Amino acid sequence: MLEIKNLHVKLEEDDKVILKGVDLTVEAGKVHAIMGPNGSGKSTLSYVLSGRDGYEVTDGSATLDGEELLDMEPEERAAAGLFLAFQYPVEIPGVGNMTFLRTAVNAQRKARGEEEMSAGEFLKVVREKAKQLKIDAEMMKRPVNVGFSGGEKKRNEILQMAMLEPKMCILDETDSGLDVDAMKLVADGVNALRDEGRAFLVITHYQRLLDHIKPDVVHIMADGRIVKTGGPELALEVEHNGYAGILAEVL
Amino acid sequence: MAVLQAKLDAAEARLAALDVAHAGWSAAARKDAATRLRAMGLPVKRDEYWRYTDPTSLTVAAPVTAALFDAGDEAPLFNGIDRVRLVFVDGVFDPTQSDDPTTAGVELLSASTADIHWAQGLYGVLEARGQTPVARPLAALNTAAATEGVLIRVTGKADKPINLIYLHKSEHSDAILHHVVKLEEGAELTLLENGPGAARFNKVLEVDVADGARFHHIRAQGRDHERRAATHIFARLGAKSLFKSFTLTANGVLTRNEAVLELTGDDAVAHVAGAAVGDGNFHHDDTVFVTHAAERCESRQVFKKVLKNGAVGVFQGKILVKPGAQKTDGYQISQSLLLDEDSQFLAKPELEIYADDVKCSHGSTSGAIDETALYYLRSRGVPLRQAQSLLVLAFLAEAISEIEDEAIAEDIRARLEGWLARHDR
Repeated sequence: MLEIKNLHVKLEEDDKVILKGVDLTVEAGKVHAIMGPNGSGKSTLSYVLSGRDGYEVTDGSATLDGEELLDMEPEERAAAGLFLAFQYPVEIPGVGNMTFLRTAVNAQRKARGEEEMSAGEFLKVVREKAKQLKIDAEMMKRPVNVGFSGGEKKRNEILQMAMLEPKMCILDETDSGLDVDAMKLVADGVNALRDEGRAFLVITHYQRLLDHIKPDVVHIMADGRIVKTGGPELALEVEHNGYAGILAEVL
Repeated sequence: MAVLQAKLDAAEARLAALDVAHAGWSAAARKDAATRLRAMGLPVKRDEYWRYTDPTSLTVAAPVTAALFDAGDEAPLFNGIDRVRLVFVDGVFDPTQSDDPTTAGVELLSASTADIHWAQGLYGVLEARGQTPVARPLAALNTAAATEGVLIRVTGKADKPINLIYLHKSEHSDAILHHVVKLEEGAELTLLENGPGAARFNKVLEVDVADGARFHHIRAQGRDHERRAATHIFARLGAKSLFKSFTLTANGVLTRNEAVLELTGDDAVAHVAGAAVGDGNFHHDDTVFVTHAAERCESRQVFKKVLKNGAVGVFQGKILVKPGAQKTDGYQISQSLLLDEDSQFLAKPELEIYADDVKCSHGSTSGAIDETALYYLRSRGVPLRQAQSLLVLAFLAEAISEIEDEAIAEDIRARLEGWLARHDR
C-alpha cells in the first residue's frame, strides 16, 4: 500500500539533512511500527508524507497504491486516503470541532466524486463514534482542540481518523502525554479500525503503546534511515536493552 | 492659522452647496449645527483624529463618483428575516419599494414639519454632546443638512426588526441621512441597515436608550468598491439598558465609522463591534469613544479587520471613565489579519480613567494567517482556499458573536463567505 523508496529529505531553510535514504513498504491490513531515538527522523517522515511545508525532498519517492504522494498537495494526499494523527494536534480558535469534522469529511467525499453527507446522517455517525472514544457533545461544540487536555486532543485525532476512514493511517507518537487509561482508550479506537483494506504506521518511542496496538512488523530508525526490521520481538528488545545495543550492532 | 482658515472655508463651501433651509421643528437644531460647523470647520488630515484617514473626499463640495456593484444572483441580505423594509434610493425614500412606515410607528424626517415634535429633544442634541472632547464636524454637517431619515419611537417590544435599505443607483449620488431612535423605558428594537446608500454617504444615527430598554443594531455597508461613507452613531444609555451594535464592512474605497457612546445610567451595557474585509483600494476606519459616567456599567469594543493587497485598516478607540464611575468593566480589542505584506493596520487605543475601582483592558494585534492551522486543515482534506476561508471566518468570529440573533448572524457569515469566494486570490 505505502511504498517509500530511497527517501532523502533536508530542511528547506538550511542544509540540514534529516532523512538519508528511507526504504519502507507497508502492506494493506498490516500494522508497522517505527521506533527510534530522538532526532532519528521519525516525525519528519510523517510530516513529509502528509505534505507539511519546510522540507525539501532531494531524492526518492513515496507512493500510496502506486500514486506518487510527494507530487500532491496535503489535501490531495488526504483525499487519496492518507491520514496523519499528529503528535501535537493543532488548536484552531473560532472553528467548531463539529464544523471542522463535517467540512473535512465532505471535502474528501467531494474530491473523490462521492456524494456529500447530509447534516442528519453526519450527526448520527459522529455521535456514535464519539461515544466509543468517550468524547462528549460539549467537546464537539468547542473550537478544535482549544482547551482540550492532552488525552482529549489525542482522542479527537482518532475520532477524525474514524470519520475520515483513511486507508493509510500514520500515528505520530500518539501515546505521548497519555496516561495508561487514556492510552487504552486510544488503542481501542485504533484497533476498531483495523481491517484488511487498511494499514497503519505507528511511530513511537516506547514499547508500551505496542502492547495495546500489536504490530506485525517493527522497524528501528536511526540517523535518517531504517536500520533494522523485525517482528514484535524487536520492540521488546528495545524495551529491555534500549537503542544503544541495536545501534552498535548495525551502525 | 492658514490651516484653520482652510477648514472654515471648506465648511462654508460645503454648506453653500447644500440646502440647509428647513421648516418646522428641526430648523433650530439645524441652524445650531451649522453654527457649530462654521466654528470648527471641516476636518483635514492634520487633525489629531484624522491622522490615519484623509477626509478630503468626504469634505469637498463637489460630488464624488462611484461605480455600482453587481452582486450577481446573490440573495439580498436579511431576506429570510421577517422585518419592516424601508428603502432609500441614493438617499431618497422610495415608498414603492418599502413597507408602510406608519405600521411600524416610523415617521420620515422629510415629512415631519410640525412645529413641535418628540424628536426635538434628540435631533442634533446627542450629536452636539458628542462634539466634546473630540470634534466631529461631518456629524454637525449632517445635522445641518440632512435631507431624509427616520424618526422611530419605541414604547414596547417592537414586533419585528426595522430594516433600512440603502440602494445606490446613481454613480454621482451624494446622500445625507439622519435618523433618530428613541427607546422608552423597557422598550426593545432591532434595527437592521444594509446597502451602500450613495456614491458618498453621510449618515448619523442618534439613539436614546431609556432605563431598561434594549437596542440591537446590525448593519452591512455596501460593497460598491468606490463608495465613500462617513457614519456616526451617537447613543445615550440609561440605567440597566443594553446597546449592541455590529457592523460588517466589505469593500469601499473609504469608510469612517464613528461610534460615540455615553453610559449615563448605572448597570448599562454597551457593545460595539465590527468586522471589515478589504482587498486592494480599501481604507476602513473605526473611531470609537465610550464614556462611562455611571456605576457598574460594561462596555465592549470588538473590531476585526481582514486586509489584503494594500488595504488599510484604522482603529481609534477610547474608553473614558469619569470620576465616580466605579466598578466599570471596559474591554477593547482591535485585531487585524494581514493576508500579505502590502496591507496595513493602524491602531490607537486610548484609556482615560478617573475612578479608582474599575476594570479596563485593551489589546491590539496584527498577524498573518496561522500556517500550522492551515496545514492541519489541509491534512484533513480541506482544500487550501476553503481552509483559508475557515480561518478568516474564525478570526472574525469574536466580532460576529456580538450579534445575538442567530439567523442574522448566519446571514452575515454567508455574506462574508460570498466575499471570500470573490476575493480568493
